[in-house]
Amino acid sequence: MERPERAAAALGAQPRANGCSGAAHGGLRNGYVRGLPAPDTQINHIVHNGGLYKRPFNEAFEETPMLVAVLTYVGYGVLTLFGYLRDFMRQWKIEKCQNATEREEQKDFVPLYQDFENFYNRNLYMRIRDSWNRPICSVPGAKVDMMERVSHDYNWTFTYTGRVIKGIINMGSYNYLGFAQKAGTCQEAASKVLSQYGAGVCSTRQEMGNLDKHEELEKLVARFLGVESAMAYGMGFATNSMNIPALVGKGCLILSDELNHASLVLGARLSGATIRIFKHNNMQSLEKLLKDAIVHGQPRTRRPWKKILILVEGIYSMEGSIVRLPEVIALKKKYKSYLYLDEAHSIGALGPSGRGVVEYFGLSPEDVDVMMGTFTKSFGAAGGYIGGKKELIDYLRTYSHSAAYASSMSPPVVEQIITSVKCIMGEDGTTVGRARVQQLAENTRYFRRRLKEMGFIIYGNEDSPVVPLMLYMPAKIGAFGREMLKRNIGVVVVGFPATPIIESRARFCLSAAHTKEMLDTALKEIDEVGDLLQLKYSRHRLVPLLDRPFDETTYEETED
Amino acid sequence: MDIKSMKNYLYWLYCQFELITCSYLMEPWEKLLFYTFNITMLVMLLYTAYIFVPVHVSMAFQFFLHLFGNQHENTVSVVK
Repeated sequence: MERPERAAAALGAQPRANGCSGAAHGGLRNGYVRGLPAPDTQINHIVHNGGLYKRPFNEAFEETPMLVAVLTYVGYGVLTLFGYLRDFMRQWKIEKCQNATEREEQKDFVPLYQDFENFYNRNLYMRIRDSWNRPICSVPGAKVDMMERVSHDYNWTFTYTGRVIKGIINMGSYNYLGFAQKAGTCQEAASKVLSQYGAGVCSTRQEMGNLDKHEELEKLVARFLGVESAMAYGMGFATNSMNIPALVGKGCLILSDELNHASLVLGARLSGATIRIFKHNNMQSLEKLLKDAIVHGQPRTRRPWKKILILVEGIYSMEGSIVRLPEVIALKKKYKSYLYLDEAHSIGALGPSGRGVVEYFGLSPEDVDVMMGTFTKSFGAAGGYIGGKKELIDYLRTYSHSAAYASSMSPPVVEQIITSVKCIMGEDGTTVGRARVQQLAENTRYFRRRLKEMGFIIYGNEDSPVVPLMLYMPAKIGAFGREMLKRNIGVVVVGFPATPIIESRARFCLSAAHTKEMLDTALKEIDEVGDLLQLKYSRHRLVPLLDRPFDETTYEETED
Repeated sequence: MDIKSMKNYLYWLYCQFELITCSYLMEPWEKLLFYTFNITMLVMLLYTAYIFVPVHVSMAFQFFLHLFGNQHENTVSVVK
């Protein structure tokens, strides 16, 4: 981490721009230059970029080892062959067909179930389906109860044995600050409001569904974020997909990150604007697209674009990476475009007081034009919000589809959010909120460091509470989920189509409600399962950081 | 004790094979089919190796012996 800084100091403190090779200034042999980051890590230090970053930005996506990639393809190849065999048997009625097919009368029509996703669904997803849709029967806090189920026909149907598995350590829920509780101030306030207002609102915001609770919530959220005004919606996905069409239309340009969430993609497509994709978190790619857009304008007519909107997320939940917000804002100001920041996973989880990725980088909320976020993850409720200038929010109150057609948030949920936001801000008179934010940051650092030391490949930024652990092979997806459940730990495993086909992963979501003992238990079990399934692919063993004076011949990473 | 750890190690290796080739996910009859095919291929490969490799190795050995043998004779004739 400190290598680039010291090396830069040694070479006369020449600040090097991102991606610029220093081979001309006295590099070593074979083009290797001290001070350039290792090929698969990105370490932007404060010396670079004219001091945009006030803190080190450590993000790493280790490359897939070649042997592992080859073996993954072998596994998928075998499964594809067996898939064809099973499809053949199903078609010739040797085996009973249990999945959806067209009706007899429609067999001559264009086939409905021929594409790869359906093939994948039938022949691979069905085999490992027991790791998903697991029914839980308690509040999804740090520990959760799950109903046990078995399948006698290889996951086509499930039956409940009647037993409840209690006390499973929950590493899969988006419960970053631990507000998913069934007792406490939030729950008491919510039940009081429930007895006062009831559960349903029975109308949309524009008709009769605008409660005083909603106004209170919006003022509070605006104060929390540091923006002029905010508006809250009942569903987080719908906040993105229904409001982007209200902001941009035909003749506008949307520059969207490669790995944006489905809600952003859907909203962008619904709006009718032109969409261009830039490589994930890659500022050179974004700048090139911006330059091309300004220079060439719209495709045929060459007129200037009406609006250019950049869509990014605070934390990308499949990668665990954090957006390079200082650079995005610098680019946005230079090329006079607008920024839409989706803080679904980062609000409450980043920043010294939990105000999200803008506070994490020490920037001003006024630089972000549209700040969107959800209440589902850190606040233990449901719904989303958009914050920004007063004119923008007033416009959205009138023209957003969500405001006009969706029913507004349920009052107990609103009260849960109000109480949790006050708790995080410290306005309820306690320091519980602050302590939780700090606990989450500690848990994140500890967990990530321990997993890296064990030798797993972990993607993403050092400070992100979403921890993806790479599995790669399809059989290991199912095996990991099952083995962890046997050891009483609930994890979420992800495969195609949510991730690229060979990069399947297990995604841990840390919580402030996890105590160190729970994390240690979980880490012990992950270590055991990692040895059993041989998941420790990492070739860069990180040696634990020692406080010793740095000299130019020591490195932090040793290659095995 | 060594036999037991050896057996555990072999079982672990078998588990890795199952995971890599995804036979961990297969139903029993599919596994039977897959292993039959694999073992048949392996046996055929070993049999072919058993039949042909000694013949090829001895032919190669004789070829090189002939090559070096001729050289030796040539040097002997020069000295004479």
